Amino acid sequence: MITVLLLMSAGIIIGWIFHSKEKFLKATGYLTNWAIYALLFMLGLSVGTNEKILNNFGKIGFQAITLTLFAVIGSILFAWLTYTLFFKKR
Amino acid sequence: MKGSLIILAFFVVGILAGFYKILPEQLLQNDYSLYALYLLMFLVGIGVGSNKNAINLIKEVNFKIVLVPVSIILGTFIGVSIFSLIQDNLSLLESLAVGSGFGYYSLSSVLITEVSGETLGVIALLSNITREIVTLLLTPVFARYFGKLAPIASGGATAMDTTLPIITKYIGSDYAIISVFSGVVLTILVPFLIAIIL
Repeated sequence: MITVLLLMSAGIIIGWIFHSKEKFLKATGYLTNWAIYALLFMLGLSVGTNEKILNNFGKIGFQAITLTLFAVIGSILFAWLTYTLFFKKR
Repeated sequence: MKGSLIILAFFVVGILAGFYKILPEQLLQNDYSLYALYLLMFLVGIGVGSNKNAINLIKEVNFKIVLVPVSIILGTFIGVSIFSLIQDNLSLLESLAVGSGFGYYSLSSVLITEVSGETLGVIALLSNITREIVTLLLTPVFARYFGKLAPIASGGATAMDTTLPIITKYIGSDYAIISVFSGVVLTILVPFLIAIIL
């Protein structure tokens, strides 16, 4: 996990240095998409061979959506409080 | 939206390929995902570091703008903690880790899979895709009833790119800077929070 964090930090510095090199950025954007596609395909592969997940897909999906609703409602209410206290013009 | 559908399609094709055993066994046994993850993290870093909006933001940072991502993190964590109390399939830490995706489903699902296995990874994927879709669909409602920061809060990490156009349409372009700032901060924090929590 530390490797992951170090790699991202290194990327941020390199991106900052080369932020005006359009071609370089276009290439990294393109590669980023394909890295995501490859990873999600591989996640799909391991899900497709995992019976425990396949048999419980409905239950897992329901949990995921419920969790999101709580996350979104919590963040919206907290942001609403911050907006009312610090941002709204009286 | 189109981008999310392509990503989802790769995931579904992967499930089918795994289920019907289309690919040779050897490919399945070698785990290439860790190397792809390393590459992705490096590329994501470049994307964040080279984001021109993000670079201009440094001049705009003040106490008020920092409060926005802080509020979103606290609100998300409070909401997710309540969720973990009302059900007993996911523990508090698992729920917090999934919530820490802030809508950044590609990254959070892969990171969580790497640490906690596929089941929680799939939950992270579905949960965070839902967060993006909810934001795309309900931004007008959120903006109307819960103030201008509400769509930024709902969008989480996606408020810097995929949900930014719809957000600025409904809360005004003067809030675009706050939206990008909050999205950038949350995007950078996703891997750190997941690493700390799990």
